[in-house]
Amino acid sequence: MSAPSAVERRQTLHAERRELLVRGIEIRATEERIQELFNDGLVRGSTHLCIGQEAVSLGIAREARPSDLVVATYRGHGIALALGVTPVAVMGEILGRVVGCAGGNGGSMHLSDMSVGLYPTSAIVGSGIPTAAGAALTAHVRGTDDAAIAIFGDGAANIGAFHEGLNLAAIKQLPVVFVCENNLYGEYSRQNLTTAVDDIASRAASYSMPGVVVDGQDVDTVAAATAEALARARAGDGPTLLEMKTYRYRGHSRSDAATYRPDGELEQWQQRDPLAILEARLVEEGVIAADERGAIEAQVGEAVEAAAQEALASPEPRLKAMFEHIVAGDAG
Amino acid sequence: MGERLRMREAARRALDDEMAADGDVVVLGEDVAVAGGPFKVTDGLLDKYGERRVIDTPISEAGFLGAAVGAAGTGLRPVVEIMFIEFIGVAFDQLITEAAKVRYLSRGQVGCPMVVRATVGAGLGFGCQHSQILDGWFRGTPGIKVCIPADSASMYGLLRAAIRDDDPVVFLEHKAMYGDRGAVEVGEAGIMEIGRGAVVEGGSDVTVVGSGLTVGIARKAADAGPSMEVIDLRTLVPWDSELVLESVSRTGRLVTVEEGPYSGGWGAEVVAHVAAQLHGQLKAPSLRITSPDVPIPFAGALEERYLPTVQLVADQVAQLVTTDAAVAPWWQTEVLA
Repeated sequence: MSAPSAVERRQTLHAERRELLVRGIEIRATEERIQELFNDGLVRGSTHLCIGQEAVSLGIAREARPSDLVVATYRGHGIALALGVTPVAVMGEILGRVVGCAGGNGGSMHLSDMSVGLYPTSAIVGSGIPTAAGAALTAHVRGTDDAAIAIFGDGAANIGAFHEGLNLAAIKQLPVVFVCENNLYGEYSRQNLTTAVDDIASRAASYSMPGVVVDGQDVDTVAAATAEALARARAGDGPTLLEMKTYRYRGHSRSDAATYRPDGELEQWQQRDPLAILEARLVEEGVIAADERGAIEAQVGEAVEAAAQEALASPEPRLKAMFEHIVAGDAG
Repeated sequence: MGERLRMREAARRALDDEMAADGDVVVLGEDVAVAGGPFKVTDGLLDKYGERRVIDTPISEAGFLGAAVGAAGTGLRPVVEIMFIEFIGVAFDQLITEAAKVRYLSRGQVGCPMVVRATVGAGLGFGCQHSQILDGWFRGTPGIKVCIPADSASMYGLLRAAIRDDDPVVFLEHKAMYGDRGAVEVGEAGIMEIGRGAVVEGGSDVTVVGSGLTVGIARKAADAGPSMEVIDLRTLVPWDSELVLESVSRTGRLVTVEEGPYSGGWGAEVVAHVAAQLHGQLKAPSLRITSPDVPIPFAGALEERYLPTVQLVADQVAQLVTTDAAVAPWWQTEVLA
């Protein structure tokens, strides 16, 4: 049996409630494996892990259609996997191998797969916000009911592109959902040191759109808020700003030990771990057995390891690959 | 003989010395104060000079670079840190359209004594949005000076000069070189002149001009083969045409070694100028060894080829000197043929 494609993986996430936990465990296991590969000297450059923030990716992927466009950021492993991009394509890209989703030319910060609506993620803070408004403009002009979703961090809420993108989307009533994944820190700085408001959602008022603070640790609240915002967008009622309150367990990037965090803060957030919350709910609902998580973790762990080995076995791109896809027509 | 400092330490020392000498020098940027800078260049400055002069900013380049322009026009000497050169894109109006024009538009009433420090360069696997040099973005804008140090001495000497300069200076620091050690003459005597290059290896067969990372590549290539005179340009705007012309008039051959795309590289300016000034005196066609016209690939094997290698420079310079005929870029013969 061949491994499922990105599109098939996306369908499974939509169809099976249990898959939310499976995928969440996969995101965390993949990122932990990426960290190991990094420690082994096999990953070049930097990596930005989303461990602790998985519920945001899962909830969005649960509600978005593959024909909706998701424009995310360099902290993009979680959303890529949630949307369906395979662990081989993600790890292959991070390792710079041809099985990577950009053929090894992009790296950790630049994941993409248009078959599941993931636009190439950008390494520039805030840049994707107007891009998402533009994808919404396409739907608006063509009269489809597709929507766009911009995912960005709390740090992006202070850059011009955020304000310009929101205002543009508001005045044109574009079908876009702006999702601020607020993990409390922009790079190494705590939000209160860089941002004039406590709730970034409150900035929606300046652009006459609904702004909603959402518990970003709970997949179901993320999914519900996303579904409502997407429904507004598809109905022609314009954009929404969602602020997902969440937390990154690791530093900003691999070189950051996050020493700036107050003692106990990480542990406090870990009390509300998104995977634990989801697991408890699925047990309560009878979707999984009380002791099933261990088996899921073992199974996912094996699959992630197999994907890592497949990525490691994949060659680096040939020299000519750096001259391809620069302008239309040079596809190699 | 000075102290041996890493390039990041030389930059920090230059900032420290200028801040000590002039209370109007301030440092601002993302995580430069409490965290000491993402590349640890500004580490310790907050403790020494306080939060009025060492200022953490939001991720808002247009905001803080623009604020630096206004502060510079009213008496301060701001040193702005841009974490990766690409991040300056959102602040281009403030730099290109405002800072570079304010002296001209005010008939000299207002200047902009501001330094914009930014990390640049490939080789570390940061991908195509965090690895460019982008000197070309600035070179075409009259009113801006552009420095790119190749060693600790010029990091110190040029940065102090840039802070003292009365005009906006873009100061490009190669992130792959921050750990490199070299002798630095600290103090006033170590301050260099913007616009002056230096001969770093004497030679007689060919003049090889580099800047930043490529100076070291050219120097290593000069260990064998033809006698190469290696020039470190140090400043791209204004560049030291006098030094280059004097050297080429002796060697009769010119090679530039550049990190960054072939099209529009600084070497094109150098080669054009030398061709105009020394027409008829050159023994060989001038040669530009550059990166290809591609975004910077992430995969290690490809990024390694993106940068000019020591072997490539050694081979192509030897070929030029041996044949006195044009040498094609590697990608034309190796990939695109």
